[in-house]
Amino acid sequence: MATEPKQSEIEQLRLRERLAKLRKLPLIGGVSVGGELDRLERQIERIAAEPSADEVWHSVELARHEDRPYTLDYVERIFDDFVELHGDRSFADDPAIVAGLARFRGRTIALVGHQKGRDTRERIHRNFGMPYPEGYKKAMRVMELADRHGFPVFTLVDTPGAYPGVAAEQHGQGGWIARCQLAMVRLQVPSVTCVIGEGGSGGAVAIAVSDRVLMQENAIYSVISPEGCAAILWRDASEAKKAAAAFKPDARHCLDLGVIDGIVGEPEGGAHLDFDAAGKLLGDGLAAALGEIAELDPDERRRARRLRFRTMGVFAS
Amino acid sequence: MASRIDVRIEDRREDASPPSGKGHPNTCPSCGSHYRDDELEQNLRVCPHCGHHFPVRVRERIAQLADRGTFVEHDAELRSSDPLGFFDLKAYTERLAQAEHDTGLGDAMVAGTAAIERRRCELAVMEFSFMGGSMGSAVGEKFARACERAGERHVPLVVVTASGGARMQEGILSLMQLPKTVAAVDALREARAPFVCVMTHPTTAGVLASFASLGDVIVAEPGALLAFTGPRVVQQTTREKLPDDFGLAESNTRFGHVDAIVRRPDLRPYLGRLLALFANGN
Repeated sequence: MATEPKQSEIEQLRLRERLAKLRKLPLIGGVSVGGELDRLERQIERIAAEPSADEVWHSVELARHEDRPYTLDYVERIFDDFVELHGDRSFADDPAIVAGLARFRGRTIALVGHQKGRDTRERIHRNFGMPYPEGYKKAMRVMELADRHGFPVFTLVDTPGAYPGVAAEQHGQGGWIARCQLAMVRLQVPSVTCVIGEGGSGGAVAIAVSDRVLMQENAIYSVISPEGCAAILWRDASEAKKAAAAFKPDARHCLDLGVIDGIVGEPEGGAHLDFDAAGKLLGDGLAAALGEIAELDPDERRRARRLRFRTMGVFAS
Repeated sequence: MASRIDVRIEDRREDASPPSGKGHPNTCPSCGSHYRDDELEQNLRVCPHCGHHFPVRVRERIAQLADRGTFVEHDAELRSSDPLGFFDLKAYTERLAQAEHDTGLGDAMVAGTAAIERRRCELAVMEFSFMGGSMGSAVGEKFARACERAGERHVPLVVVTASGGARMQEGILSLMQLPKTVAAVDALREARAPFVCVMTHPTTAGVLASFASLGDVIVAEPGALLAFTGPRVVQQTTREKLPDDFGLAESNTRFGHVDAIVRRPDLRPYLGRLLALFANGN
Protein backbone atom coordinates (compact mmCIF):
# COMPACT_ATOMS: atom_id res chain seq x y z
CA MET A 1 0.00 0.00 0.00
CA ALA A 2 1.36 3.38 -0.94
CA THR A 3 2.01 5.61 1.99
CA GLU A 4 0.12 8.83 1.87
CA PRO A 5 2.31 11.90 2.28
CA LYS A 6 1.73 13.60 5.58
CA GLN A 7 -0.31 16.78 5.58
CA SER A 8 2.65 18.78 6.86
CA GLU A 9 4.82 17.51 4.01
CA ILE A 10 2.24 18.53 1.46
CA GLU A 11 2.05 21.90 3.11
CA GLN A 12 5.83 22.27 3.01
CA LEU A 13 5.96 21.25 -0.61
CA ARG A 14 3.30 23.76 -1.48
CA LEU A 15 5.18 26.47 0.37
CA ARG A 16 8.45 25.62 -1.30
CA GLU A 17 6.82 25.64 -4.73
CA ARG A 18 5.27 28.94 -3.89
CA LEU A 19 8.62 30.38 -2.82
CA ALA A 20 10.26 29.17 -6.00
CA LYS A 21 7.47 30.80 -7.99
CA LEU A 22 7.84 34.00 -6.01
CA ARG A 23 11.60 34.17 -6.48
CA LYS A 24 11.18 33.99 -10.25
CA LEU A 25 8.77 36.86 -10.35
CA PRO A 26 9.46 40.56 -10.45
CA LEU A 27 7.94 40.54 -7.00
CA ILE A 28 10.70 42.15 -5.16
CA GLY A 29 12.18 43.69 -8.21
CA GLY A 30 14.58 46.42 -7.24
CA VAL A 31 15.47 45.09 -3.84
CA SER A 32 17.59 42.36 -5.35
CA VAL A 33 19.33 44.93 -7.51
CA GLY A 34 20.34 46.69 -4.32
CA GLY A 35 21.83 43.39 -3.17
CA GLU A 36 20.15 43.43 0.21
CA LEU A 37 19.61 39.72 0.33
CA ASP A 38 18.48 39.66 3.94
CA ARG A 39 15.76 42.13 3.36
CA LEU A 40 14.73 40.25 0.25
CA GLU A 41 14.50 36.98 2.17
CA ARG A 42 12.50 38.56 4.95
CA GLN A 43 10.16 40.09 2.44
CA ILE A 44 9.70 36.77 0.68
CA GLU A 45 8.88 35.10 3.97
CA ARG A 46 6.44 37.81 4.91
CA ILE A 47 4.67 37.66 1.56
CA ALA A 48 4.79 33.89 1.26
CA ALA A 49 3.02 33.16 4.50
CA GLU A 50 -0.73 32.64 4.25
CA PRO A 51 -2.18 35.96 5.39
CA SER A 52 -4.39 35.89 8.45
CA ALA A 53 -7.72 37.70 8.64
CA ASP A 54 -5.97 40.60 10.37
CA GLU A 55 -3.31 40.77 7.68
CA VAL A 56 -5.93 40.74 4.94
CA TRP A 57 -7.70 43.61 6.67
CA HIS A 58 -4.40 45.44 7.08
CA SER A 59 -3.99 45.25 3.28
CA VAL A 60 -7.50 46.62 2.84
CA GLU A 61 -6.59 49.56 5.08
CA LEU A 62 -3.24 50.21 3.40
CA ALA A 63 -4.74 49.89 -0.09
CA ARG A 64 -7.15 52.69 0.80
CA HIS A 65 -4.70 54.72 2.89
CA GLU A 66 -5.26 58.42 2.21
CA ASP A 67 -1.52 59.02 1.90
CA ARG A 68 -0.96 56.14 -0.53
CA PRO A 69 0.71 57.15 -3.81
CA TYR A 70 -1.74 57.49 -6.70
CA THR A 71 -1.20 57.04 -10.43
CA LEU A 72 0.19 60.54 -11.08
CA ASP A 73 2.62 60.20 -8.14
CA TYR A 74 4.09 57.17 -9.88
CA VAL A 75 3.96 58.81 -13.31
CA GLU A 76 6.31 61.58 -12.22
CA ARG A 77 8.69 59.07 -10.62
CA ILE A 78 8.71 56.30 -13.21
CA PHE A 79 8.13 57.99 -16.57
CA ASP A 80 9.73 60.87 -18.50
CA ASP A 81 8.04 63.44 -20.73
CA PHE A 82 4.51 62.44 -19.76
CA VAL A 83 2.00 64.11 -22.06
CA GLU A 84 -1.50 63.72 -20.75
CA LEU A 85 -4.25 63.27 -23.31
CA HIS A 86 -7.75 64.43 -22.49
CA GLY A 87 -11.25 63.63 -23.59
CA ASP A 88 -13.14 60.70 -25.02
CA ARG A 89 -13.68 62.46 -28.41
CA SER A 90 -17.37 62.09 -27.90
CA PHE A 91 -18.75 63.85 -24.87
CA ALA A 92 -16.42 64.66 -21.97
CA ASP A 93 -13.10 64.28 -20.23
CA ASP A 94 -13.26 62.06 -17.15
CA PRO A 95 -10.70 63.12 -14.52
CA ALA A 96 -11.08 59.78 -12.68
CA ILE A 97 -8.94 58.22 -15.40
CA VAL A 98 -5.69 59.72 -16.63
CA ALA A 99 -4.20 58.66 -19.93
CA GLY A 100 -1.29 59.74 -22.05
CA LEU A 101 2.02 59.02 -23.68
CA ALA A 102 5.36 58.96 -21.89
CA ARG A 103 8.85 57.57 -22.08
CA PHE A 104 9.70 54.54 -19.96
CA ARG A 105 13.40 53.69 -19.80
CA GLY A 106 13.99 55.12 -23.25
CA ARG A 107 10.88 53.75 -24.96
CA THR A 108 7.57 55.44 -25.70
CA ILE A 109 4.64 53.83 -23.91
CA ALA A 110 0.96 54.61 -23.33
CA LEU A 111 -0.28 54.91 -19.80
CA VAL A 112 -3.83 54.58 -18.48
CA GLY A 113 -4.65 54.74 -14.79
CA HIS A 114 -7.35 55.53 -12.29
CA GLN A 115 -6.68 58.74 -10.41
CA LYS A 116 -7.88 59.60 -6.92
CA GLY A 117 -7.65 63.04 -5.30
CA ARG A 118 -5.46 64.02 -2.39
CA ASP A 119 -7.58 66.74 -0.76
CA THR A 120 -11.32 67.26 -0.63
CA ARG A 121 -11.43 69.53 -3.65
CA GLU A 122 -9.37 67.19 -5.77
CA ARG A 123 -11.22 64.15 -4.52
CA ILE A 124 -14.45 65.62 -5.75
CA HIS A 125 -12.83 66.66 -9.03
CA ARG A 126 -11.51 63.11 -9.51
CA ASN A 127 -14.82 61.64 -8.32
CA PHE A 128 -12.87 59.51 -5.80
CA GLY A 129 -11.33 57.59 -8.66
CA MET A 130 -14.71 56.30 -9.85
CA PRO A 131 -14.91 56.60 -13.64
CA TYR A 132 -17.88 57.36 -15.83
CA PRO A 133 -18.17 55.55 -19.17
CA GLU A 134 -16.33 58.55 -20.64
CA GLY A 135 -13.24 57.49 -18.70
CA TYR A 136 -13.26 54.05 -20.28
CA LYS A 137 -13.86 55.55 -23.70
CA LYS A 138 -10.80 57.77 -23.18
CA ALA A 139 -8.81 54.70 -22.11
CA MET A 140 -9.91 52.84 -25.26
CA ARG A 141 -9.04 55.76 -27.48
CA VAL A 142 -5.51 56.01 -26.07
CA MET A 143 -4.98 52.24 -26.23
CA GLU A 144 -6.07 52.22 -29.87
CA LEU A 145 -3.55 54.98 -30.51
CA ALA A 146 -0.83 52.92 -28.81
CA ASP A 147 -1.78 49.88 -30.85
CA ARG A 148 -1.40 51.76 -34.11
CA HIS A 149 2.02 53.12 -33.18
CA GLY A 150 3.40 50.03 -31.47
CA PHE A 151 3.63 51.54 -27.98
CA PRO A 152 3.35 49.11 -25.07
CA VAL A 153 0.38 49.82 -22.77
CA PHE A 154 0.75 50.19 -19.01
CA THR A 155 -2.32 50.47 -16.81
CA LEU A 156 -2.41 51.32 -13.12
CA VAL A 157 -5.54 50.25 -11.26
CA ASP A 158 -6.80 52.16 -8.23
CA THR A 159 -10.56 52.56 -7.95
CA PRO A 160 -13.31 51.71 -5.48
CA GLY A 161 -15.35 50.86 -8.59
CA ALA A 162 -17.01 52.43 -11.61
CA TYR A 163 -19.31 55.30 -10.60
CA PRO A 164 -22.79 54.12 -9.65
CA GLY A 165 -24.80 57.16 -10.77
CA VAL A 166 -27.83 57.91 -12.91
CA ALA A 167 -25.89 59.65 -15.70
CA ALA A 168 -23.24 56.90 -15.71
CA GLU A 169 -25.99 54.33 -16.26
CA GLN A 170 -27.61 56.41 -18.98
CA HIS A 171 -24.25 56.68 -20.75
CA GLY A 172 -23.91 52.89 -20.69
CA GLN A 173 -21.54 52.08 -17.82
CA GLY A 174 -21.83 48.30 -18.14
CA GLY A 175 -21.45 48.28 -21.91
CA TRP A 176 -18.32 50.44 -21.91
CA ILE A 177 -16.68 48.35 -19.20
CA ALA A 178 -17.29 45.33 -21.42
CA ARG A 179 -16.00 47.04 -24.55
CA CYS A 180 -12.90 48.34 -22.79
CA GLN A 181 -12.02 44.77 -21.78
CA LEU A 182 -12.58 43.61 -25.35
CA ALA A 183 -10.33 46.39 -26.65
CA MET A 184 -7.57 45.17 -24.30
CA VAL A 185 -8.00 41.52 -25.31
CA ARG A 186 -7.50 42.56 -28.93
CA LEU A 187 -4.36 44.71 -28.52
CA GLN A 188 -1.43 43.78 -30.76
CA VAL A 189 1.03 45.60 -28.49
CA PRO A 190 2.26 44.24 -25.14
CA SER A 191 0.36 45.31 -22.01
CA VAL A 192 1.15 45.27 -18.30
CA THR A 193 -1.22 46.14 -15.46
CA CYS A 194 -0.40 46.78 -11.83
CA VAL A 195 -3.05 47.16 -9.15
CA ILE A 196 -1.59 49.93 -6.98
CA GLY A 197 -4.39 50.40 -4.46
CA GLU A 198 -8.00 49.37 -4.71
CA GLY A 199 -8.90 47.03 -7.54
CA GLY A 200 -12.64 47.50 -7.20
CA SER A 201 -14.70 45.13 -9.32
CA GLY A 202 -15.78 45.81 -12.92
CA GLY A 203 -14.47 49.36 -12.78
CA ALA A 204 -11.01 47.91 -12.15
CA VAL A 205 -10.98 44.92 -14.48
CA ALA A 206 -12.12 47.18 -17.33
CA ILE A 207 -8.50 48.36 -17.68
CA ALA A 208 -6.77 45.24 -16.33
CA VAL A 209 -6.99 42.73 -19.20
CA SER A 210 -3.24 42.66 -19.87
CA ASP A 211 -0.54 40.16 -20.82
CA ARG A 212 0.89 40.51 -17.33
CA VAL A 213 -1.05 41.58 -14.26
CA LEU A 214 0.82 42.55 -11.11
CA MET A 215 -0.27 43.74 -7.70
CA GLN A 216 1.56 45.77 -5.15
CA GLU A 217 2.11 43.97 -1.90
CA ASN A 218 -0.63 45.89 -0.06
CA ALA A 219 -3.06 46.37 -2.91
CA ILE A 220 -6.42 44.61 -3.02
CA TYR A 221 -8.34 43.22 -5.98
CA SER A 222 -11.90 42.13 -5.45
CA VAL A 223 -15.30 41.49 -6.96
CA ILE A 224 -17.02 43.75 -4.44
CA SER A 225 -15.99 46.03 -1.58
CA PRO A 226 -15.77 44.37 1.84
CA GLU A 227 -18.60 46.64 3.02
CA GLY A 228 -20.77 45.80 0.03
CA CYS A 229 -20.21 42.08 0.48
CA ALA A 230 -20.94 42.30 4.20
CA ALA A 231 -24.13 44.28 3.54
CA ILE A 232 -25.41 41.65 1.12
CA LEU A 233 -24.26 38.37 2.65
CA TRP A 234 -24.11 39.28 6.35
CA ARG A 235 -26.84 41.91 6.00
CA ASP A 236 -24.56 44.19 8.03
CA ALA A 237 -21.93 46.47 6.47
CA SER A 238 -19.97 46.56 9.73
CA GLU A 239 -18.99 42.91 9.17
CA ALA A 240 -16.60 44.13 6.45
CA LYS A 241 -13.57 42.58 8.11
CA LYS A 242 -15.21 39.17 8.18
CA ALA A 243 -16.24 39.57 4.56
CA ALA A 244 -12.69 40.54 3.50
CA ALA A 245 -11.27 37.50 5.28
CA ALA A 246 -13.78 35.32 3.45
CA PHE A 247 -13.29 36.63 -0.10
CA LYS A 248 -9.55 37.21 0.25
CA PRO A 249 -8.80 40.32 -1.85
CA ASP A 250 -5.10 40.53 -0.91
CA ALA A 251 -2.19 40.08 -3.32
CA ARG A 252 -1.00 36.82 -1.78
CA HIS A 253 -4.32 35.08 -2.37
CA CYS A 254 -4.71 36.59 -5.85
CA LEU A 255 -1.29 35.12 -6.76
CA ASP A 256 -2.24 31.71 -5.39
CA LEU A 257 -5.46 31.72 -7.41
CA GLY A 258 -3.53 32.49 -10.60
CA VAL A 259 -5.25 35.83 -11.07
CA ILE A 260 -2.01 37.80 -11.04
CA ASP A 261 1.48 36.96 -12.24
CA GLY A 262 3.55 38.67 -9.59
CA ILE A 263 3.63 40.83 -6.51
CA VAL A 264 5.50 44.10 -6.54
CA GLY A 265 7.14 44.84 -3.22
CA GLU A 266 6.55 48.00 -1.23
CA PRO A 267 8.82 49.81 1.20
CA GLU A 268 8.65 48.45 4.75
CA GLY A 269 5.37 49.60 6.31
CA GLY A 270 3.66 50.45 3.02
CA ALA A 271 4.01 52.54 -0.13
CA HIS A 272 2.72 55.68 1.59
CA LEU A 273 5.86 55.90 3.74
CA ASP A 274 8.28 56.34 0.84
CA PHE A 275 6.90 57.32 -2.57
CA ASP A 276 10.34 57.24 -4.22
CA ALA A 277 11.17 53.73 -3.05
CA ALA A 278 7.70 52.50 -3.98
CA GLY A 279 8.10 54.10 -7.41
CA LYS A 280 11.48 52.43 -7.94
CA LEU A 281 10.04 49.02 -7.07
CA LEU A 282 7.02 49.55 -9.30
CA GLY A 283 9.16 50.73 -12.21
CA ASP A 284 11.36 47.65 -11.89
CA GLY A 285 8.31 45.39 -11.67
CA LEU A 286 6.78 46.90 -14.81
CA ALA A 287 10.10 46.64 -16.67
CA ALA A 288 10.56 42.99 -15.71
CA ALA A 289 7.02 42.09 -16.73
CA LEU A 290 7.30 43.97 -20.02
CA GLY A 291 10.64 42.25 -20.69
CA GLU A 292 8.93 38.86 -20.55
CA ILE A 293 6.45 39.68 -23.32
CA ALA A 294 7.95 42.50 -25.40
CA GLU A 295 9.68 40.24 -27.92
CA LEU A 296 6.83 37.82 -28.59
CA ASP A 297 5.12 37.74 -31.96
CA PRO A 298 2.07 40.06 -31.72
CA ASP A 299 -0.45 37.42 -32.82
CA GLU A 300 1.05 34.83 -30.52
CA ARG A 301 1.00 37.30 -27.65
CA ARG A 302 -2.61 38.11 -28.32
CA ARG A 303 -3.54 34.43 -28.37
CA ALA A 304 -1.65 33.85 -25.13
CA ARG A 305 -3.43 36.79 -23.50
CA ARG A 306 -6.80 35.47 -24.60
CA LEU A 307 -5.92 32.05 -23.25
CA ARG A 308 -4.68 33.56 -19.98
CA PHE A 309 -8.15 34.95 -19.29
CA ARG A 310 -10.07 32.11 -20.97
CA THR A 311 -8.67 29.67 -18.41
CA MET A 312 -9.53 31.71 -15.30
CA GLY A 313 -11.63 29.98 -12.69
CA VAL A 314 -12.04 26.77 -10.77
CA PHE A 315 -14.93 24.39 -11.42
CA ALA A 316 -15.78 20.72 -11.21
CA SER A 317 -17.04 18.31 -13.85
CA MET B 1 -20.50 15.70 -5.96
CA ALA B 2 -19.01 14.27 -2.84
CA SER B 3 -17.99 17.56 -1.28
CA ARG B 4 -21.47 18.96 -1.70
CA ILE B 5 -23.67 18.86 1.37
CA ASP B 6 -26.85 16.93 0.78
CA VAL B 7 -29.77 19.03 1.95
CA ARG B 8 -32.62 17.00 0.55
CA ILE B 9 -33.54 15.40 3.85
CA GLU B 10 -33.15 18.43 6.02
CA ASP B 11 -34.72 20.78 3.51
CA ARG B 12 -37.19 22.81 5.49
CA ARG B 13 -38.23 26.09 4.02
CA GLU B 14 -38.03 28.78 6.66
CA ASP B 15 -40.83 30.61 4.88
CA ALA B 16 -43.35 28.23 3.40
CA SER B 17 -45.66 31.12 2.61
CA PRO B 18 -44.30 33.94 0.49
CA PRO B 19 -42.84 36.81 2.50
CA SER B 20 -45.22 39.64 3.17
CA GLY B 21 -45.01 42.51 0.69
CA LYS B 22 -44.52 40.13 -2.19
CA GLY B 23 -47.56 38.55 -3.70
CA HIS B 24 -48.08 35.01 -4.88
CA PRO B 25 -45.76 34.20 -7.80
CA ASN B 26 -48.78 33.83 -10.08
CA THR B 27 -50.30 37.16 -9.06
CA CYS B 28 -49.40 39.92 -11.47
CA PRO B 29 -47.41 42.55 -9.53
CA SER B 30 -48.49 45.13 -12.07
CA CYS B 31 -52.30 44.72 -12.25
CA GLY B 32 -53.09 42.23 -9.48
CA SER B 33 -54.68 39.61 -11.74
CA HIS B 34 -54.18 36.06 -10.54
CA TYR B 35 -53.67 33.04 -12.75
CA ARG B 36 -53.42 29.29 -12.56
CA ASP B 37 -49.98 28.05 -13.45
CA ASP B 38 -51.14 26.36 -16.68
CA GLU B 39 -52.83 29.61 -17.77
CA LEU B 40 -49.62 31.52 -17.31
CA GLU B 41 -47.59 28.86 -19.07
CA GLN B 42 -49.96 28.94 -22.05
CA ASN B 43 -49.47 32.69 -22.25
CA LEU B 44 -45.66 32.36 -22.15
CA ARG B 45 -45.88 33.83 -18.62
CA VAL B 46 -47.08 37.17 -19.90
CA CYS B 47 -50.06 38.65 -18.07
CA PRO B 48 -52.98 38.46 -20.55
CA HIS B 49 -54.57 41.46 -18.85
CA CYS B 50 -51.73 44.02 -18.70
CA GLY B 51 -48.78 42.48 -20.56
CA HIS B 52 -46.49 42.18 -17.51
CA HIS B 53 -43.66 39.71 -18.17
CA PHE B 54 -43.31 37.17 -15.36
CA PRO B 55 -39.97 35.40 -14.90
CA VAL B 56 -39.45 32.24 -16.97
CA ARG B 57 -37.50 29.24 -15.78
CA VAL B 58 -34.72 27.88 -17.99
CA ARG B 59 -36.46 24.72 -19.28
CA GLU B 60 -39.62 26.60 -20.08
CA ARG B 61 -37.64 29.33 -21.87
CA ILE B 62 -35.86 26.75 -24.00
CA ALA B 63 -39.23 25.18 -24.85
CA GLN B 64 -40.54 28.63 -25.82
CA LEU B 65 -37.61 29.40 -28.13
CA ALA B 66 -36.17 26.18 -29.54
CA ASP B 67 -37.91 24.06 -32.16
CA ARG B 68 -39.47 21.07 -30.45
CA GLY B 69 -36.96 18.35 -29.68
CA THR B 70 -33.96 20.14 -31.10
CA PHE B 71 -32.25 21.23 -27.89
CA VAL B 72 -29.32 19.05 -26.86
CA GLU B 73 -27.71 20.15 -23.64
CA HIS B 74 -23.92 20.30 -23.33
CA ASP B 75 -21.72 20.52 -20.25
CA ALA B 76 -24.61 19.57 -17.96
CA GLU B 77 -22.08 17.94 -15.64
CA LEU B 78 -20.25 21.23 -14.95
CA ARG B 79 -20.51 22.32 -11.33
CA SER B 80 -19.17 25.19 -9.30
CA SER B 81 -16.50 24.35 -6.81
CA ASP B 82 -15.54 26.29 -3.73
CA PRO B 83 -12.00 27.60 -4.31
CA LEU B 84 -12.04 29.94 -1.32
CA GLY B 85 -13.78 27.70 1.19
CA PHE B 86 -16.28 30.53 1.38
CA PHE B 87 -18.53 30.80 4.38
CA ASP B 88 -20.81 33.70 5.20
CA LEU B 89 -23.95 32.94 7.16
CA LYS B 90 -23.99 29.62 5.31
CA ALA B 91 -21.28 27.65 3.52
CA TYR B 92 -21.10 28.28 -0.24
CA THR B 93 -21.26 24.52 -0.82
CA GLU B 94 -24.51 24.45 1.12
CA ARG B 95 -25.96 27.35 -0.91
CA LEU B 96 -24.99 25.51 -4.10
CA ALA B 97 -26.61 22.29 -2.93
CA GLN B 98 -29.75 24.16 -1.95
CA ALA B 99 -29.90 25.94 -5.31
CA GLU B 100 -29.41 22.69 -7.19
CA HIS B 101 -32.14 21.09 -5.13
CA ASP B 102 -34.53 24.00 -5.69
CA THR B 103 -33.95 24.44 -9.41
CA GLY B 104 -32.88 20.98 -10.56
CA LEU B 105 -29.97 22.62 -12.37
CA GLY B 106 -26.22 22.21 -11.95
CA ASP B 107 -25.63 25.96 -12.09
CA ALA B 108 -27.17 29.23 -13.24
CA MET B 109 -26.78 28.59 -16.98
CA VAL B 110 -27.99 25.85 -19.32
CA ALA B 111 -26.31 25.70 -22.73
CA GLY B 112 -26.54 23.45 -25.76
CA THR B 113 -27.22 23.16 -29.44
CA ALA B 114 -30.68 23.92 -30.79
CA ALA B 115 -32.64 25.16 -33.76
CA ILE B 116 -34.81 28.28 -33.68
CA GLU B 117 -37.32 28.44 -36.53
CA ARG B 118 -35.26 25.77 -38.31
CA ARG B 119 -32.01 27.72 -37.98
CA ARG B 120 -29.27 25.85 -36.17
CA CYS B 121 -27.72 27.75 -33.32
CA GLU B 122 -26.06 27.52 -29.96
CA LEU B 123 -28.48 28.46 -27.18
CA ALA B 124 -27.49 29.43 -23.63
CA VAL B 125 -30.07 30.47 -21.04
CA MET B 126 -29.48 31.81 -17.54
CA GLU B 127 -31.57 30.86 -14.50
CA PHE B 128 -32.15 33.73 -12.09
CA SER B 129 -33.51 31.49 -9.35
CA PHE B 130 -30.13 29.72 -9.12
CA MET B 131 -28.33 32.05 -6.69
CA GLY B 132 -29.63 35.15 -8.44
CA GLY B 133 -28.29 33.97 -11.78
CA SER B 134 -24.85 34.89 -10.51
CA MET B 135 -21.81 34.16 -12.65
CA GLY B 136 -19.08 32.06 -11.07
CA SER B 137 -16.45 29.92 -12.75
CA ALA B 138 -18.96 27.29 -13.92
CA VAL B 139 -21.28 29.81 -15.61
CA GLY B 140 -18.29 31.56 -17.21
CA GLU B 141 -16.99 28.22 -18.46
CA LYS B 142 -20.36 27.17 -19.88
CA PHE B 143 -20.64 30.47 -21.73
CA ALA B 144 -17.08 30.24 -23.07
CA ARG B 145 -17.65 26.67 -24.29
CA ALA B 146 -20.92 27.72 -25.95
CA CYS B 147 -18.94 30.42 -27.80
CA GLU B 148 -16.38 27.86 -28.90
CA ARG B 149 -19.02 25.41 -30.14
CA ALA B 150 -20.75 28.20 -32.06
CA GLY B 151 -17.43 29.23 -33.58
CA GLU B 152 -16.50 25.69 -34.59
CA ARG B 153 -19.90 24.93 -36.09
CA HIS B 154 -20.23 28.39 -37.68
CA VAL B 155 -23.66 28.89 -36.18
CA PRO B 156 -25.04 31.90 -34.29
CA LEU B 157 -24.94 32.07 -30.51
CA VAL B 158 -28.19 33.09 -28.80
CA VAL B 159 -27.96 33.90 -25.11
CA VAL B 160 -30.82 34.74 -22.75
CA THR B 161 -29.46 36.59 -19.73
CA ALA B 162 -30.91 36.98 -16.22
CA SER B 163 -28.34 37.72 -13.57
CA GLY B 164 -27.55 39.80 -10.53
CA GLY B 165 -23.86 39.83 -11.53
CA ALA B 166 -20.70 38.05 -10.44
CA ARG B 167 -20.91 35.38 -7.73
CA MET B 168 -19.34 36.92 -4.65
CA GLN B 169 -18.73 33.54 -3.02
CA GLU B 170 -15.99 32.86 -5.58
CA GLY B 171 -14.24 36.14 -4.76
CA ILE B 172 -11.80 37.47 -7.34
CA LEU B 173 -12.29 34.39 -9.55
CA SER B 174 -15.87 35.49 -10.17
CA LEU B 175 -14.60 38.90 -11.27
CA MET B 176 -12.22 37.10 -13.63
CA GLN B 177 -15.25 35.60 -15.39
CA LEU B 178 -15.78 39.06 -16.90
CA PRO B 179 -12.56 39.08 -18.97
CA LYS B 180 -12.95 35.32 -19.48
CA THR B 181 -16.31 35.65 -21.18
CA VAL B 182 -15.11 38.77 -23.04
CA ALA B 183 -12.14 36.77 -24.36
CA ALA B 184 -14.56 34.04 -25.46
CA VAL B 185 -16.64 36.60 -27.38
CA ASP B 186 -13.43 37.81 -29.05
CA ALA B 187 -12.78 34.27 -30.29
CA LEU B 188 -16.41 33.98 -31.41
CA ARG B 189 -16.07 37.19 -33.41
CA GLU B 190 -12.86 35.94 -34.96
CA ALA B 191 -14.75 32.84 -36.09
CA ARG B 192 -17.35 35.19 -37.64
CA ALA B 193 -20.21 33.65 -35.73
CA PRO B 194 -23.00 36.09 -34.86
CA PHE B 195 -24.06 36.64 -31.25
CA VAL B 196 -27.57 37.67 -30.29
CA CYS B 197 -28.15 38.60 -26.66
CA VAL B 198 -31.65 38.63 -25.19
CA MET B 199 -31.60 40.55 -21.93
CA THR B 200 -34.36 39.63 -19.51
CA HIS B 201 -35.16 40.89 -16.03
CA PRO B 202 -32.76 41.50 -14.42
CA THR B 203 -29.45 41.72 -16.26
CA THR B 204 -27.08 43.68 -14.07
CA ALA B 205 -23.52 44.25 -12.82
CA GLY B 206 -20.88 41.73 -13.92
CA VAL B 207 -22.96 40.07 -16.63
CA LEU B 208 -24.03 43.40 -18.15
CA ALA B 209 -20.40 44.59 -17.85
CA SER B 210 -19.09 41.62 -19.81
CA PHE B 211 -20.50 39.29 -22.47
CA ALA B 212 -24.12 40.47 -22.39
CA SER B 213 -23.23 43.93 -23.69
CA LEU B 214 -21.12 42.46 -26.50
CA GLY B 215 -24.01 40.98 -28.46
CA ASP B 216 -23.98 41.88 -32.16
CA VAL B 217 -27.67 42.41 -31.63
CA ILE B 218 -29.05 43.17 -28.17
CA VAL B 219 -32.75 42.86 -27.50
CA ALA B 220 -34.58 43.21 -24.22
CA GLU B 221 -37.88 42.10 -22.77
CA PRO B 222 -40.27 44.89 -21.75
CA GLY B 223 -39.77 46.20 -18.24
CA ALA B 224 -36.48 44.35 -17.67
CA LEU B 225 -33.96 46.04 -15.37
CA LEU B 226 -30.68 46.36 -17.26
CA ALA B 227 -28.20 48.26 -15.14
CA PHE B 228 -24.58 48.08 -14.05
CA THR B 229 -25.70 49.31 -10.62
CA GLY B 230 -29.26 48.71 -9.47
CA PRO B 231 -31.58 51.55 -8.42
CA ARG B 232 -31.36 50.87 -4.68
CA VAL B 233 -27.57 51.15 -4.56
CA VAL B 234 -27.52 54.20 -6.86
CA GLN B 235 -30.06 55.89 -4.61
CA GLN B 236 -28.13 55.02 -1.43
CA THR B 237 -24.71 56.01 -2.75
CA THR B 238 -25.51 59.17 -4.65
CA ARG B 239 -28.80 60.36 -3.13
CA GLU B 240 -29.72 61.37 -6.66
CA LYS B 241 -33.34 61.54 -7.67
CA LEU B 242 -33.94 58.52 -9.84
CA PRO B 243 -36.11 58.75 -12.95
CA ASP B 244 -39.16 56.47 -12.80
CA ASP B 245 -37.85 54.27 -15.58
CA PHE B 246 -34.28 54.14 -14.20
CA GLY B 247 -32.32 51.28 -15.75
CA LEU B 248 -35.33 49.73 -17.43
CA ALA B 249 -35.22 48.28 -20.93
CA GLU B 250 -37.29 51.22 -22.17
CA SER B 251 -34.80 53.80 -20.89
CA ASN B 252 -31.85 51.75 -22.15
CA THR B 253 -33.45 51.71 -25.58
CA ARG B 254 -33.93 55.47 -25.48
CA PHE B 255 -30.25 55.96 -24.62
CA GLY B 256 -29.12 53.69 -27.43
CA HIS B 257 -27.90 50.62 -25.54
CA VAL B 258 -30.47 48.16 -26.89
CA ASP B 259 -31.53 47.43 -30.46
CA ALA B 260 -35.14 46.59 -29.72
CA ILE B 261 -37.61 45.72 -27.03
CA VAL B 262 -39.29 42.50 -28.06
CA ARG B 263 -42.39 41.17 -26.34
CA ARG B 264 -42.13 37.55 -25.39
CA PRO B 265 -44.70 36.22 -27.91
CA ASP B 266 -42.71 37.94 -30.67
CA LEU B 267 -39.30 36.75 -29.50
CA ARG B 268 -39.08 33.46 -31.34
CA PRO B 269 -40.14 34.83 -34.76
CA TYR B 270 -37.85 37.83 -34.19
CA LEU B 271 -34.88 35.55 -33.53
CA GLY B 272 -35.86 33.41 -36.52
CA ARG B 273 -35.79 36.44 -38.82
CA LEU B 274 -32.44 37.58 -37.45
CA LEU B 275 -30.83 34.16 -37.77
CA ALA B 276 -32.10 33.93 -41.35
CA LEU B 277 -30.53 37.29 -42.15
CA PHE B 278 -27.23 36.25 -40.61
CA ALA B 279 -27.37 33.08 -42.70
CA ASN B 280 -27.63 35.33 -45.77
CA GLY B 281 -31.13 34.10 -46.47
CA ASN B 282 -30.12 30.55 -47.33
